[in-house]
Amino acid sequence: MEKIYTRDQQHCKLTKTSPETIRFLLNFSKSLRVMEYKSFSFESILN
Amino acid sequence: MTQKKLSNKKSQTLTENPTRMELQIEDSVLVRDYISGDEKSLEILINRHNQRITSFIYSKVLDRDVTEDIFQDTFIKVIRTLKKGTYSEEGKFLPWVMRIAHNLIIDHFRKNKRMPKFEGNDDFNIFSVIGDDKLNAEKQIIKNQIDSDLRHLIEELPDDQKEVLLMRIYKDMSFKEISENTGVSINTALGRMRYALINLRKIIDKNNIVLTN
Repeated sequence: MEKIYTRDQQHCKLTKTSPETIRFLLNFSKSLRVMEYKSFSFESILN
Repeated sequence: MTQKKLSNKKSQTLTENPTRMELQIEDSVLVRDYISGDEKSLEILINRHNQRITSFIYSKVLDRDVTEDIFQDTFIKVIRTLKKGTYSEEGKFLPWVMRIAHNLIIDHFRKNKRMPKFEGNDDFNIFSVIGDDKLNAEKQIIKNQIDSDLRHLIEELPDDQKEVLLMRIYKDMSFKEISENTGVSINTALGRMRYALINLRKIIDKNNIVLTN
């Protein structure tokens, strides 16, 4: 029978990204502004 | 149900029971709300797919820190695309995010292949084999001091020997070039060099000078 299971337990480990990373992403999203002018798109990050 | 009504319902339910709410609202609605400026929708989307995307990345790279980096880069791309308005909603938010993560994983392995990363462990430390050949601050000061002392010692040599030694060591000239420049034969230049070194050693021994690094 074909071996379809990994020997390495880590391969199927369920993990979650840390709250710090999520907080960073949410803050990044809040600070990011995209402005369109004619065919140009400008990104600005407001701290 | 209109978008406004849904948004109101979402904020109400979020405070009451966020888990139930997350089950109720579809990704496409959250994406649409986020594009319209509702930042809370992004938080729900991230939390909803956090485990799935993180586990997917981890299963490929098997490194917690790299996983966090790729997860972060994935969502930075997602946020940029959504804010630019270039995302086309086809009800496939998760497959789209997974595809971005997948591409970033490939980029990570490509980058690693070009510049392989080697991490030492307790049994073997790479820095025991290779090292930085540059001198540290203390050794550099000692070397400068020795160079300066040596210059003073060279000044003590007879002029003809000093001339040959300076040309050979400091100007990196060949004995042929030295002989052409000084107007003596190669053998004479070689002899002067030999005597210069012998005399230098004599001066060093006589004055008990230590010239070691």
